[in-house]
Parts: sequence; C-alpha cells; structure tokens
Amino acid sequence: MRRNQVAVVGAAETTELGVIPNMSQIQLHADAALNAIADAGLKLSDIDGFATAVETPQQMAHYLGITPTWVDGTSVGGCSFMLHVRHAAAAIEAGLCKTVLITHAESGKSMIGKLPRSTAPDSLNGQFEAPFGVYGPPSMFPIPVLRFMKTHGITHEQLAMVAVMQREWAAKNPRATMKDPITVADVLNSRMIAYPFRLLQCCLVTDGGGALILTSADRARDFPRKPVYILGTGESVETPMVSQMKTFDSSRAFKVAGPLAFKEAGITHGDVDHLMIYDAFAHLPLYGLGDLGFMPYEETGKFIADGHTRPGGKLPLNTNGGGLSYMHSGMYGMYALQESVRQMRGIAPAQVPNAKISVCHGVGGMFAASGTIIFTNER
Amino acid sequence: MAEPARAKPKPTPETQHFWDGTKAGELRLQRCDACANVYFPPRPFCPSCASRKVSVFKASGKATLYSYVINHRPAAPGFTPPYAIAVVELDEGPRMMSNIIDCPQTPEALELDMKLEVAFEKLDDKITLPLFRPAKG
Repeated sequence: MRRNQVAVVGAAETTELGVIPNMSQIQLHADAALNAIADAGLKLSDIDGFATAVETPQQMAHYLGITPTWVDGTSVGGCSFMLHVRHAAAAIEAGLCKTVLITHAESGKSMIGKLPRSTAPDSLNGQFEAPFGVYGPPSMFPIPVLRFMKTHGITHEQLAMVAVMQREWAAKNPRATMKDPITVADVLNSRMIAYPFRLLQCCLVTDGGGALILTSADRARDFPRKPVYILGTGESVETPMVSQMKTFDSSRAFKVAGPLAFKEAGITHGDVDHLMIYDAFAHLPLYGLGDLGFMPYEETGKFIADGHTRPGGKLPLNTNGGGLSYMHSGMYGMYALQESVRQMRGIAPAQVPNAKISVCHGVGGMFAASGTIIFTNER
Repeated sequence: MAEPARAKPKPTPETQHFWDGTKAGELRLQRCDACANVYFPPRPFCPSCASRKVSVFKASGKATLYSYVINHRPAAPGFTPPYAIAVVELDEGPRMMSNIIDCPQTPEALELDMKLEVAFEKLDDKITLPLFRPAKG
C-alpha cells in the first residue's frame, strides 16, 4: 500500500470508560460512533464504508441507520481494528468508498447485550484445549511465558516492571481506571491468577468503546482536526490454539505483521517516537519489542526494567497506561489506536513532545492474530 | 448435586481416529507419506506439503514439558485450583496441551524440559483424555 494516502480524520472513545451499567454493547458502539462523527464534523449519512468486529456490520449499520457500500466484519480478536484500518485504507485507495467508520465497543464488565464467549466441543479448541482446564484468557494467554523466560533469560521482576512502568503513564491520564503508583513488590505480592502471572500483570476488565473515521489524505485537509496519516500497515494470523504456536519464543503473527508495516512505512526503529504494544498481559510488550525488531529478545526485559519506556524514556510505550492500567473491555486494540491518534494530534494526556511517528501493534486471541499500523502527522 | 464436569471433547470425522486411539490406550499421530512431516492436531492432509497421503501411527507417548501455567482463578468446571495447564512436546515433534498428573502442581515440581510419559484418563465410554506424568526412571 502507498504511504500517507489515507488519514484518520475522526477519533473518539465512548463518553464514559470503566463500568457503564446503563448501556448495552450496541449502544456503546453507537456512543463511540456519534462521538467520532462529531469529532470529524460529519453526519452519519456521510459514512459510506463501515467496519466492526464481534457485533456484525449489519447489526451496527442497522442500529446506526447507515447503508454502506463497503463493509468489513473481520473479527480476529482484539487487533481486529488494526486490520480494519489496513483494509479501509486499501478500500479508500481502490475507490470502493470515501469515508469509513470503524467501531468497537464491549460491555466487558457489565455484560449487557453481550453474548458470553463459548467453545464448541467439536471445534479443535473444544477437543484439544478446553478439556485440560483452560477457562478464559488468564488461563491461556500466559501459557507461553515460562518458555519465553527460560529461552531469553527474562526474570519475574522484569515482568513485574512492565506493570509498574505502565502505571506511571496511567497516573498522568485522568481517564485511566488505575492511577495509583505501584512497586515491583506490589505486583509480586498481588493475588496469583495463573502462575507466573499475578493480578497486576493481567489486564483490567471494563466497559467502553471507540471509533475511527478514515478518508483520503487529499480530503483530510478539509477536516477540523489535524490529519493523522497511515504510513504503514501489516497483518497476519497464526492459530486459534495457543498450544499450537510454532514456538513460544516469539509470535509468528507478530513477526509477519510488524516488519511488514515497517517495510511499507520505509522507516527504521530509530525513527519511532511513540509505541503502543497491546498488553493484555505483562509479557506482550516483551514479545512485541523482540518480534518487531526493536532489540534482541534477551534485552527486552532489561530495557523496560531500566526505564527506557517510562515517561521521559527514549521509547515511550503504552502511554495511556495500557490494558493493564487504562482500560480493557476485551478487545483493546481500538484503545491503542486511539492513543496513537491522540499522540499524533498532539493532544494526549501524557503527550510525547514532538512525536511524529507512532507504531501501534495489536494482538488478537492468544497470539492468534496480529495487526500493526504506523501513523504519522507529517505528509 | 453432581460436581460440574470438565469440558468434554466431541470427535469429528477427521479426529475420530485420535479419540479411538486414546480409548484403546494409544496416542495416535499422523505422518505425511510424501514429506514425512509428523503433525497434530489431526487432519486428513499434511499441513506442511498439502499431500492427502497421510498415515496414522502409534506415538511413543514420551514427551517433555514445554511450558505451563498453574491456574488459580477462575477455575474451569471439573478442576480444583491450583492446577497446571501444560503444553508438552512429544518425542515425535508435535506439541499438545494436557495436564500433568502424579506431580505436585508447583513451580518447584514442574521443571521445564522434565521428561514425561502419557497416561490415559477415561472420562466415559466414548472419551479418554491423554494426560502426562513424570517419566519413571
């Protein structure tokens, strides 16, 4: 895909984040969509392309009252929205539509108008994973981490530091769910969830949503907000079964999506001013730093523990506080994208000074899928 | 009131031979006749070279501990926490999820790369699960 041909011209989250007991899941989608429409200075009738995940495009198009000429229902977990951005940029470039709305919302905490996740007993997961006691992401997502630690020499303290550093960012963000400072001891003494991970190394469970509006870069100049351009994109999938990853030393989906986006963007790692790596659990930033080629895996734990990703560090990472401290409704990728857009607009609560390039890397399922979007505010 | 039972697999035409195997006390894998790739989970073609000429064979049942979590909460129905959810690497190459039995469910007892052997746990007349225990000797 060509660089900087498509831009984000509208971006917003739901009016409230956290616990929202007075709104169903589809209304959370609509709340985010209406906020993004207002942000872009558009009307819903201007939308001719639509993408969403979990909820179907037809469900949300009906609810919003739109009839798009391009739809994408790609639903590969929490990074679905990175894939939507990539697909939407291609569709706009191909002339299939002009103005795309992407929505995410999840009543992840209050569970209003949301179907519980289930695994069919005759699916591969139902036959070859569920019988062994996996029960929700905390019991599955951390399964690779002990092997990753042994291979790469990562310590429990370094994995605790991921949560500590992100809390430092969250403390600067009025909308973050958890803002009080924490120490490594706090993390290592918090309640055990699934060894080796404790409560503070697992993402939050909240309600919320977000929406993005994309259009061609040429049209973007006429919108009220500073355009944020799509510089590079990548995506891939590996397996819905965490046990069947090719290796636990890295993520194959990350290793395809990330480098693809860097190649497309034509940038090197030294060009990156701001980085988001979807942190459903504390090991994901380490996989991301290694798989995206920022440094050898062996250095990832020390890099974070040494403070290079904290406020003022040379590689600001998960500057909204991340899934560990900001919010996590179940499919966090949309919130990572929102933070990248805020950083590129220059309006983030914990703004990185003069940031010009932001890399936003997402995961779907338990390392099942991946999407990477690289943004810039310079054309 | 009956205890809630653990999730029970339901075989499909492509996986039936595997579950027939565990019922008969055998861990059955598939090998590609064209490229010799050994793979899991079951399917009637080779995921490496796409050949449909594949054979079912009895695996040794020997494995090593590749990685695991010790799940505390929430616990799956039929499980008493804390319990380890493991991924084992079979001597023939493929990995599979399982549980480690006859072993304390602690980080001290569960050492990565420890040698394991298959053990079969009958759930009912149709389904027997392949579990693993520390290898003897």
